[in-house]
Order: sequence, then C-alpha cells, then structure tokens
Amino acid sequence: MQLSLGPLQYFWPRERTLAFYREAIAWPVHTLYLGETVCSKRRELRTRDWIALAEELADAGKQVVLSSLALIEAESELSALTRLVDHGRFWIEANDLSAVQLCRERGVPFVAGPSLNVYNHEALAMLIQDGLRRWVPGVEQGHVLIDELLCALDAKGVARPEIEVIGWGRLPLSYSARCFTARALDIGKDDCGFRCIDYPDGLPLSTREGRPFLRINGIQVQGDEIVDLAPELPRLRELGVDLLRVYPQEVGTDVAIAHLDRALTAETPVAPLGQRNGYWHGEPGMSGQARPDAA
Amino acid sequence: MQLVCPAGNLPALRTAIDAGADAVYLGFRDQTNARAFPGLNFDDNEIRQGIAYAHARGRQVYLALNTYPDSARLAHWHRAVDQAAELGVDAIIAAEMGVLDYACRTHPKLARHLSVQGSATTAPALRYAFERFGIARAVLPRVLSVQQVERLCQNAPIPLEVFAFGSLCIMVEGRCQLSSYVTGASPNRHGVCSPARFVRWDEHDGGERSVRLNDVLIDRFQPEEPAAYPTVCKGRYGVGGEIFHALEEPTSLNTLELLPRLAQAGVAALKIEGRQRGAAYVDAVTRTWRAAIDRHRVAPEAWTAQPAWQNTLSAHAEGHQTTLGPYHRAWH
Repeated sequence: MQLSLGPLQYFWPRERTLAFYREAIAWPVHTLYLGETVCSKRRELRTRDWIALAEELADAGKQVVLSSLALIEAESELSALTRLVDHGRFWIEANDLSAVQLCRERGVPFVAGPSLNVYNHEALAMLIQDGLRRWVPGVEQGHVLIDELLCALDAKGVARPEIEVIGWGRLPLSYSARCFTARALDIGKDDCGFRCIDYPDGLPLSTREGRPFLRINGIQVQGDEIVDLAPELPRLRELGVDLLRVYPQEVGTDVAIAHLDRALTAETPVAPLGQRNGYWHGEPGMSGQARPDAA
Repeated sequence: MQLVCPAGNLPALRTAIDAGADAVYLGFRDQTNARAFPGLNFDDNEIRQGIAYAHARGRQVYLALNTYPDSARLAHWHRAVDQAAELGVDAIIAAEMGVLDYACRTHPKLARHLSVQGSATTAPALRYAFERFGIARAVLPRVLSVQQVERLCQNAPIPLEVFAFGSLCIMVEGRCQLSSYVTGASPNRHGVCSPARFVRWDEHDGGERSVRLNDVLIDRFQPEEPAAYPTVCKGRYGVGGEIFHALEEPTSLNTLELLPRLAQAGVAALKIEGRQRGAAYVDAVTRTWRAAIDRHRVAPEAWTAQPAWQNTLSAHAEGHQTTLGPYHRAWH
C-alpha cells in the first residue's frame, strides 16, 4: 500500500501552493493529485499552471493525476476540463460524468474520484470499460460495502482496478450552486472577491451549542473532523487497498504523511492522530453519533 | 411543455391528474426511491389503479427508482425495474448506472429518464447517459442558471426536464452526504434525508423549542416562530460569531416568471417537487401551473405571471417564501 496526496480542496495563495508541492516531492507519497476540484473562480493557478506543475512533479519521479471539478456548470469549465483531458500525459481524476465521457471519447485513462457515484460492481465494471484504472469510493462507503463490491466484481470475472481510500483529512460531503463562503460574508457569488483565500482550512461552522460541526469551503461543505484511518491498516490490507489518500490541510499534512508512512511499516496498529471515520465502520460519518440501526 | 407532478399516494395521484398534470411520478414503498418516508408511496395494486386512472385520461405515470444500490442489494433494484415494466409505467426515472444498464438491456421498450440524482449538468454528461443507457429524457439538477439551461437545451442529445416549483434542495442532488454524516442514513443509499426517527423536538421553559438530528442541534425556535422540517442544510448555525441560516433558509423554488424563457428554450417538461406534501398542495400547485402553461400556449406574447398565481404558490411554499434560486445568478 502506498500514500497519495489528494487534490487541494482549499484556495491557497499561488506561492503557498507551489511551495507546498515542492515540499511534497520529498515526502513518501507515490501519487499526487493536482488541480481545482471545488470552484473554477479560484485562479491563483490557472489550468496551464497546474499542468506545468504536473510536468515538474512527474519529472521528479511522482505519479501525477490531474483532478477535475466536481460540479461543472459553465462552458468555460468544460473547456478547462477538455484541456486537462487533451494534454495526454496524465491520468484524469473524474469527479463527475462530464469528465468520464471526455476521457471515454478520447481514450484517456481515469481515476473515479469520490464525488462520482459508484456504489456497486456493475457501475464499476462499466467505468472500467470506459477507461477507469483506479477507484476512490465515495465517503459514505465503509469496508463492508467496498468488500462486497470487489467480491461481486471478482465473481463477474472483471479484473479489479486499483483501490484508493481516503485515509486522512476532512471529508467532502456536498456541493452546491451556492457559494456558502460568499453567503457567510454577505457578498454576492459573482462578486466574491475570492475570499476563500482567507480560509486556508475552510470556514468553521458550529452548532448553536458551540459544537464544531462542518466546514464551509466555497460551494463545498466538509465535515469538521479530520479523520484518520491509520488504525485500520490491517483491514485496509485485507481488502487489497492500493493507495491511502491524504487530503492537504493547511497545517500538519507533512506530519500526517509521516504518521501514515510509519503506520505502513509498523508491526502493530498505530494510535490515531485524527478522528475515527464512522463511515468506514458502517456508522454515521461524524464520530460519536449513534448507529443508524440504534434509533 | 409537459407538467410533471408529484404523487405520494393514490389520492394525491388522482388529485394531480384531476388538476391537470400531464404526468405524475411516484415510487415503490421501499428504499428504491428517494422519498422512502413512512406513510408514503405505492404498492403494486395501488400503482395499477393509478396507471388505470391516468391512462384513462390520456396522462402518464413515471416511476422513480432513483437511489443507489450497493452490490448486495442491486438484485432488488433489478426486480423493481422488472416490476415497473410489468406494471406498464410510461417511464422509469433512475440515476444509478447498474439500474439504468439493466433496464436498457432487459426492457428496452421501457422509457428511461435520467433522474436529477444523476447530477448531469453538461452536454458530455448527458451524452454519456444517452450513449450508455439510451435515456429518453434527463432531469436537470437545481444548480444551473437559466442561461445555462438555455444553452444545454441547444446542446443536449435528449429532451430536458427542469424543476419548476417546490422545496429547494440546495446541494447537487445525488451528491449530498450531510444527512448521512449525522445519521448514517443517506438519501442515495436509503432514500431518505433527515429520517424522522432521528428527529427529536424538545420544548423548553418559555416555549422555546429545539430540534436535534441524531443528537446534533439543528435549530432553536422562539415560541411563535414557524419551524420547517429539520434538514441539516436548513438549520441555523454559528459561523464567524454569528448565528444564521448558514446554508439555506427554509424556502421554495418558484420559476413561474421564467416560464416563457423555459418554453422558448425548448424545455420538454416542468417538474413540481413534493411527494411528501398533502393533497391541498398538489391540487393548488398543479392547477396554478396548468393555468399558467395553458395561458402561455394560447397567447405567449401576452403572457405575464398573474399575481393570483404567485399568491397561491407562495401560500404553499416552505416558510411562505419563494426564490428563483440558482436560475438567478445573484443567488448566494
């Protein structure tokens, strides 16, 4: 099993982003996902900048995948996606059906990202025909569902693709036409002033009792908790997981990578750095919530 | 433009047909559809009666099979497709690739509509569903502006259906895990958002009420303050030191004033949300849209959104508020 660095979900200043990835060259990560997955107005790095960075990291020996937007609405967003697919050197992380279709039409290999809805082996088998090489299950699928799916795929006689599981970071939960950051700041979506840049780990949202609950990240909503599957490594190995994904956070990504890298070579399961991911165990994603069948 | 109306049960179906729906949509009484609420939906016998009632009046019945089965449960969804074909519904509305593929291969004559849960917002995404599953129509997610809908009508390989009225789901349908994050029960997998069995209302001294979803505080209400059904996205939370509806206020989508533009764009059907709503809602909302569409068909140049229509729709809107939502770019 190897580590991957998932796409940067937040909006960081250009120099900060470039410095982050240059630092990542030295990290024990096999694959890096590059590109904007949340909001096309975030242009500290434009498409050509992401591609140039991808070339640089690939030349340094990393596997690079170009990630695409989870929600595509405008023609300009479709053009940017087409440029990524047409580049030709890299796999694409398809985060919606538009990317799947463009990869399928052009014969470009792709990774199904977690916002593409793949819940069963038949859907996965079709995507494999379309060019899927790696599957990142959606956040709400735990080890039992993934195992059932892969066994059903085996029974169908379809070779398994690579499997990548979200191992560390904040879980992406939803996407909207609305920009929640703009709403929180009481500014129009079209006049947002790119204020996401002020919230490099998203904007915290808590309940009226002060319990940390969600993170607002532009048009995306995430869980507030940073989840950590390091203690689940024995089960991840049993399942045959190929890659463990780390989502960049403003602080501590390097520590998380080192922690997971240690866990991968340790003989006994390591203590978690972050929260338990309930989804992995068939429970609500938010840790500490009652099981769905208990109510 | 066709008017497609919700039928949560058989009386609602008859009401919608009598009020002028061109088609109604409904679901089985299980997790195969995205409104698997207790007390809603149909068994086979009720569907047969519903189809007979609709077909006798020249109207259509669509069956929603718009949830996402995992591998172990996929066979159940396949059987639901078989049942739909056997019952003689006019189309199924589905989003999941395994379900659509099975329907396409096994019952090619049964029309397939791509559900809003399919999250198809672009011409390539629609092309995928058309080439792979031979869909006859797609329902667009409620995330596009009217200009984007117009452009998509020009580029799509199949006719499009858009939401016209009803409770506003603000997230991209089919890709929202807020309910499952809190309860473990998800709209995609279990057909329910914010299941009632996880909802707890508490009344406090002075008449204030609080509502929790699986013990997470969603909102508090003053004694006289109206309270909508508690979903995570319509609660009030603290962000940056202020308490407000950080994701969305309880409100309904109402696109009545856009009707001429949607007609001009070539939208094939307008969808009314609300299988969980009562007969009075179905009756009033269907009649209003029927009148608006008919008036437009007869005299498109002279058409204006009548205040009486808007008043009726507002009266049946969530929180008595309506919005153009994402159809209008300034929405935030």
